This record gives sequence, structure tokens and C-alpha cells, in this order.
Amino acid sequence: MTSIAKPPVRHPGLPKNALGLTKRDYEGAMSTLCAGCGHDSVTAALVQAFWESDCPPHRAAKMSGIGCSSKTTAYFMKHSHGFNSVHGRMPSVTSGANAANRDLMYIGISGDGDSLSIGLGQMSHAIRRNVRMLYMLENNGVYGLTKGQFSAASDIGSTSKKGEANVQPPIDPCLLALTLGATFVARSFSGDKDQLVPIIKAGLAHNGFALIDVISPCVSFNDHEGSTKSYKYTRAHEVELTSSDFVPLRREITTPNADTEMTAVTMHDGSTVRFRKTHEGYDPTNREQAWLHVRECQKRGEVATGILYIEEGGKDMHALAKTVETPLVDLPYSVLCPGSKALDALMEEYR
Amino acid sequence: MRPTDVGTPLHYHKVVDCQYACPAHTNVPEYLRLIAQGEYSESYLLNRESNVFPGILGRTCDRPCEPACRRGRVDGTPVAICRLKRVAADLRDDITDRLPTAPAVKNGKRIAMIGCGPSSLTVANDLLPLGYDVTIYEKHSQAGGLMRFNIPAFRLPAQVLDDETGYVINMGATVKYNTSVDSLKSLLNEGYDAVYVGSGAPKGKELDIPGRWDGNAKDAVHIGIEWLGSVHFGHIEKIEPRVLIIGVGNTAMDCCRTSKRLGATDVKVIARRSRKYFKASPWELEDAEEEQVEIVENHAPKRFVYENGTLVGMEFEVLEWTESGGKQKSTVKSTVIIPCDSVILAIGQDNAFPWIERDIGITFGEWDMPEVDKITHQSTNPKVFFGGDAAWGPQNIIWAVEHGHQAAVSIHQFCQELSPAERLPFGMNLVSVKNGMQSWAYSNDFNPSPRAKMTHEELVKRFSGVGVEVELGFSAEQTATEVQRCLNCDIETHFESKLCIECDACVDVCPTSCLTIAPATETLDELRAKLSAPAVNLTQDIYTSNPLPQTKRLMVKDEDICLHCGLCAERCPTAAWDMRKFELVVPYAFAHSAQATA
Repeated sequence: MTSIAKPPVRHPGLPKNALGLTKRDYEGAMSTLCAGCGHDSVTAALVQAFWESDCPPHRAAKMSGIGCSSKTTAYFMKHSHGFNSVHGRMPSVTSGANAANRDLMYIGISGDGDSLSIGLGQMSHAIRRNVRMLYMLENNGVYGLTKGQFSAASDIGSTSKKGEANVQPPIDPCLLALTLGATFVARSFSGDKDQLVPIIKAGLAHNGFALIDVISPCVSFNDHEGSTKSYKYTRAHEVELTSSDFVPLRREITTPNADTEMTAVTMHDGSTVRFRKTHEGYDPTNREQAWLHVRECQKRGEVATGILYIEEGGKDMHALAKTVETPLVDLPYSVLCPGSKALDALMEEYR
Repeated sequence: MRPTDVGTPLHYHKVVDCQYACPAHTNVPEYLRLIAQGEYSESYLLNRESNVFPGILGRTCDRPCEPACRRGRVDGTPVAICRLKRVAADLRDDITDRLPTAPAVKNGKRIAMIGCGPSSLTVANDLLPLGYDVTIYEKHSQAGGLMRFNIPAFRLPAQVLDDETGYVINMGATVKYNTSVDSLKSLLNEGYDAVYVGSGAPKGKELDIPGRWDGNAKDAVHIGIEWLGSVHFGHIEKIEPRVLIIGVGNTAMDCCRTSKRLGATDVKVIARRSRKYFKASPWELEDAEEEQVEIVENHAPKRFVYENGTLVGMEFEVLEWTESGGKQKSTVKSTVIIPCDSVILAIGQDNAFPWIERDIGITFGEWDMPEVDKITHQSTNPKVFFGGDAAWGPQNIIWAVEHGHQAAVSIHQFCQELSPAERLPFGMNLVSVKNGMQSWAYSNDFNPSPRAKMTHEELVKRFSGVGVEVELGFSAEQTATEVQRCLNCDIETHFESKLCIECDACVDVCPTSCLTIAPATETLDELRAKLSAPAVNLTQDIYTSNPLPQTKRLMVKDEDICLHCGLCAERCPTAAWDMRKFELVVPYAFAHSAQATA
């Protein structure tokens, strides 16, 4: 908590984006999270990415469940739509919202408890359906809101604040997503906005489910010496498998790097994800290789970061379900619900 | 690149823009907070420590603090610092028993002062409590110098002057009124241990153009400061209807407004150049124009025009200014005669020292001015010190006060047989204002109110006499709001590198994008370009920390538009950021005694 609201004064030199908005126009309410929480940095990275991507706030929907992570939706884009669902049920609610209005931009914010424990099935099926959404998994490896129990993301051997070691194996959301057929899998660190912001922008442009697992340290319950999700540990053990730039459509590439081979992935809207450098011949478009690399890093106690896998040719939920191009909310009622005669005709087809 | 030194006062002193800009280093944010708490007497006394005349300066100061005020960079208008000072002075209780007093036992040293204006009185204020015997020679019958004779009573009531000059004199100074010093040599022969020359710049500049001495010039053409003095003493009680004021400084403003009160109906102020080069303070120009004084730009006086020996007008060259090679050049476009009955010359003041003999060890240099050391105020005769307008020509009251403080240190050192050049540096106190979790010993919320507007006496009433004060002061409501506009720049953001875990919380929360965690660069200029928001105001410093523990990057702060809201410290999980109250410790004369006895 803070004692005051953020003063409305801004730096006079603050630049404006294509919509005439400054970064501060993408802020929300004051954070009530602990001072120094990684989630607040993720929020700042989101604000930066939305601003850089010229996102119109009124065309976005912020979706969340329960937990410290799920509070963050209140702290950015105060003019957007939003839904704060039951614990772990954010993926289904987002699927429903997306089914009804495919034109909105969906930003799901979840945590390791909300996604890997109570909501694991929900997340898995949203991945399978390839719901078009940005899925931010703010991963601090601990149940912070209930004062520091191990979560399903805690590593074996990492200790609680009191010194007790965890014995159960962790669920790695990136490995899980790769096996489930996710089309965009990335990992980053709240303390590294230079890496995180372009990944968020790429995730926003992705035509499908974009998972970003963000190591976001819990400053109150998991930032101690025995933690494997602390600021210090993450900084020391981070291995950047890929570093990438997001190049929006209609903007010239201004930082060519001729020395290294580059992989460039064109997104469905024409923008590009350009891999500046990749780790020892790493190919972020090869699912099997990606899984192996991440698994090997995990075995060595390293935290693999960057865009780990990207597949832009996949079909999203609407393509799989063959729905109409027009969002359902925009269809006239007579078309959306054509009446008993149309139903009878349909039933006739199955006789 | 070296980390910023915050162990010495300079960096934090510069952050307090108002205090840094004030020649006397008045602790503005602290006295504004005292006003906010209703502690008017405390606020007055804090003011008095540095500027000695809060009531006078609260009405007449040139306000170097206000253009410097950070609030001006935030929402365009600075805090009304000067008029809040007046609030503290107007609403104070009787503070006479809390003023410094002279000891019963004197130290045996006798000091003479020439002129009873702001700088001499400041010297007396600093030296009397140390046991000095002080004698002030004043050629007029009242104390105050130019504050009394050249500032009209409608801006500065006599009572305010009497009170504040009295506070000093009543400490035990001997003032010899109606006594002008005609020979410094004979004064020195009276055995004084030191002499302070605070006689001002009492000679108004002449305008020697054709017609200056013709016709009825003796009665119709006046020198501004002399004329104002004559009005003060009641020797002049009226002026003709049409008056031209030549010159556009603050004296010109006083002359034109005084004319309006003595019966003039058509008053014009004539300036050689365009408005942006005017010497008068913007608010004094506004006040004059509110009283229907016309200001005429780009007119250079050519001659006085008479008819049958009576002044009927003045001829001017109409100038056009062009810039070439960084220099302003004028060309005469035409000439024009502006009719008038009287002219007041207000084109500057000169020093005049006919009473200082040239064989008493005081070297005179350029412009026939004495050579005076810029720091010690000592002349080449070690016993003689200069200050105020007498030292280096006309400045303003707050500078005169600062000269007095500095000269008092020198005189004290000199009388202790120490070198006046050996002076104590500024000191500082830096104390955390943290009361507890997100609780601070200052009001850290930002108040978006616009600057309070001073209420003026209505025009008809104010023209009824020279003594009707124009500015009515702030109301209680205006005061309460205006003090909250202050950003508390003296509550400094203090950073401890070794505690930082680089979580970015401070950077993320800062409303004005002041903070950045950045890799070290070769030069500060490189760093300025790489911050969260570009640091383009080069007059404001950049703070850089020691390398941070985890990544060896630096915490960088652009001091330019920090609101001192304390959110960085509130969001810091390790208290690496703290809000600390900075107090500049100014070494006055008494502090130098401690050094002597130590």
C-alpha cells in the first residue's frame, strides 16, 4: 500500500504514441501489492508494451482469477474491460468472452497457484483450444497471499523462508505448454524489462494462445537465500536462449545485425519477431528441440529465458471451430438466433 | 564516472532550488511548512535567521527564489514564496523576547557603520549578540536607508519598517541620526576597531541631453530616487497632470505609481528597449499597468522641449532593434515629441564616495569604485569593510542582507585577529522523516491547485494617499492552499546502494519518470540521453549511485522535476530509498566564535 495516489503530474518530455497517449495513460490504480513485488514490474512492462504497441485501451479485456498475480489487472489500463473470475477459472471465462467477441484483445493474468494448481486443467485446455490471448503467468514459486507455502512451481530443494526444503517436483509451465501444442511459449524475468517488453509485444501480435512465464520474485516470502525464484538467483542463473526484437508492421528495421544468422518469424498481422541472437544454434520454431533445450537447462538448474517456441501457422479457436468472421456480439439477433424454423431445418439434416 | 557526493551539502542544497537561488539561503520549505502548521512566529524567526527583515522582504523582495522554484517547472507557476513570507510576518505574535540579545559584558571591540540600511543593520544584528559596541551613522532622521526613502509607503508601510529595524537597534546599537560622515579618515581616527561602509548607491544617474538645464527644469525635471525621498519626507506633495518617467527599472515603477497618487493623470514610462529587456520585475510592471500607467517601448530620449521657458514635452527617437552577431543594434526610425509637464529620471544609480580620502590605504579601481574582496568584503585598508550597494553598485535588499552576514563574519574574524579569508564551509543535517510504514513527517501528497492571486486595494481607495497599502495579503484559505503547493524539495530522496535489490519498484512508480537503473557510461552527458525520460534541463543535476550489488548498474536520478512525493521510498522493499530532511547549516558570525575558542 502507499499513502497517496500517484500524482497526476507527468514529465513534460514524455513521448506520445500513435494514439496521442503517453505511457501514463496506460496506468491503472495504485498497486496494493507489497513494495518491491515482481508483479509491479510486470505491470510496468505491460504498460510499456501496450503504449509502444499503440493499443486502444477500450478494445482490451483484462482477465484474471485469484491471487496476488490476479490483482494486477487493476493496476494497468484503467479504461479497459475486465473480468475477475473464480480461482483458476480465468482461462474458461476468457474462452467464453473470446467466443462472443473475437475482436477484443484478451490479456489474462495468472500466477503459479492459479494456473499450475487449481487451474491447471483450465490452462491446459485453453492451450489446446488455442484461444487467442496473452497469458501472463506471474511465477514466484510460492503461495504469497497465504504467507509462503510451496507452490506447484517450487523447485526440489528450494527452501521456504523458515528453511524447510521442498521435496515435490515442480511443474514447468513452458515444458507443459510445449507438450500440449502451444503455439507461443516464452519465459522472462520481471527484473529484465529490456527482454520482457518485446516478448509481450510479440505475444500480443500472436494469432493464438501466447504463454509468457514470468519469473516474478515474491519479495516478502520467496526472496531469501534458499529460494530459486529470488531476484539474486534468477539474475545469476538466467540463460537467455533467444533474444528477440519485435518489429511492428510498417516500421523499418533500424538495427540490422549482419554478423549473426537471424531467424525472423512473420506474424499474421505482418509484423515480425526477429531473433537477434540465439543460444548455440537454437531454433525457436522447432518444438522438439525447444523442449529438449528447456529440459536440459532445468536439469542444470538454469532458467531458460526468451521466446522459446513460436508457430505462427497454427489455427486459433475460431478457425478450429469455423466460426464467422464477424464477432458474435455484432451479429444481428435474427442471424445469431434464427428461430425454430432454422433449428428444425438443421435437425432435419441429421435425420 | 564518480558517484554523486551526498556527504557534503552541495548536491542536496542545489535540489532545494529556492534556497539555492536565495542570496541569503533562506530555508523556504521549512518556513512554509511552519506556516501550514499555523506556527507563524516560528516561521518568522526561522526567516529572520537568514534574511533579518521578513516583513519588509515579504513585501519588497526581488524574489530570486520564485523563478527558480521547482513548482514552476511542474505546472508553470512557482509557489508564491514571497507573499507567504509576509503572512508569517503579519500573523506572528510578539516575538521580541525571543530575539537575540546583546550580553551585559561587552567584548571591548567598537565597530562603526555608515548608513542605517539593510546591510549595516544585518552586520549589527550579527555582531551585537557577540558583545560588540556598534555605532551607526545615519544622515537621515530615520532608520532603514533605501527601504524607507525609496520604497513608497503604499508598498511598504512605515510600521513594518519601524518594527524590524527596531528589533536590531534595540539590541543596543547606538544610532547617530542626522549625522552624515564627511571624512572617513577622521572616523577612523576615533579609534574604531573596524568600519563598515553600508552607505548604498545614493546618487541617481543624470541624463545630460539638450534642454536638461533650461527653462523650468529645476522644478519640472526630477531625479527618481531623490524625488521619492522628497515625497517620503513630505517636501513634495503633488505633481503636474502629465508625467514622463525615463527608465524602466523598479525605481521607475515606484515613481510612476507615486505620481498617480500625487495628482498625475497621464503617466507614461519610457523605455529604450522592448519589454523582454525591462529591468523591472514582471509583477511590478503588472501592478503599474493595473494603475493605468502606459509603458512606451523602444523610445530613446533626445531633448527636452520648452515653450516660453516652461517644459511642454520631450522629444524621442523611435528605435528599431535588430540582432547581428549576438549583439543588439538600434536604428532610428523617426522622432516623436511626447507632451508632458514633468519628467522623472529613473535610469539607474551611482555610488559616490567624495567623503573617502584617497590617502588612507583604500585603493580605488575602475569606475572610481573601491577595491573590495568578493568573499571577505574587506577593502585594501584591512579595517574598512564594504557591503550592500556601496560595495559593487546597486543590487537589491536580499543581497544587501547577505553582504551584511558575510561582512559580519569577516569583521568578527578580523577583530579576533584571525584571517577573514578563513571561513567555515556550509554544514548540513540530514534526518529521516519516516514515521512508520508509508507515514512521513511531511505532507507528501501533490496539491494541484493553481497559484493564489494577491488581492489588491480598489483603485479609488489606493489613490487617496501615498500610504494606503495596495496588497492586502493572502486570506486564510489562500494561505492554506498556497503552502500545500510547495513540493518540499528539502525532503530529499536519499539512496543507499548496498541495500538495493534492483526490483525496479521505484523506477516503475515514479510519476515523473525521474529514475532509471542504467549501466555506467563514460560521461554524464551520455547518461542523460539514456534515462526513462531524457534529462534535457542541464541546469539541474543528475544523481548517480555507487554500482548496485547484483548487476553493477547504477541508480540514476534526474533531479529536474522530482515531486518529492516519496513514492520511491514507499515502494522500496529494502529502504534503500529514504526521505530525509536536509537542513543547510549556514555559518554566521557566531559560529566563527566557536571556532576561535575551540
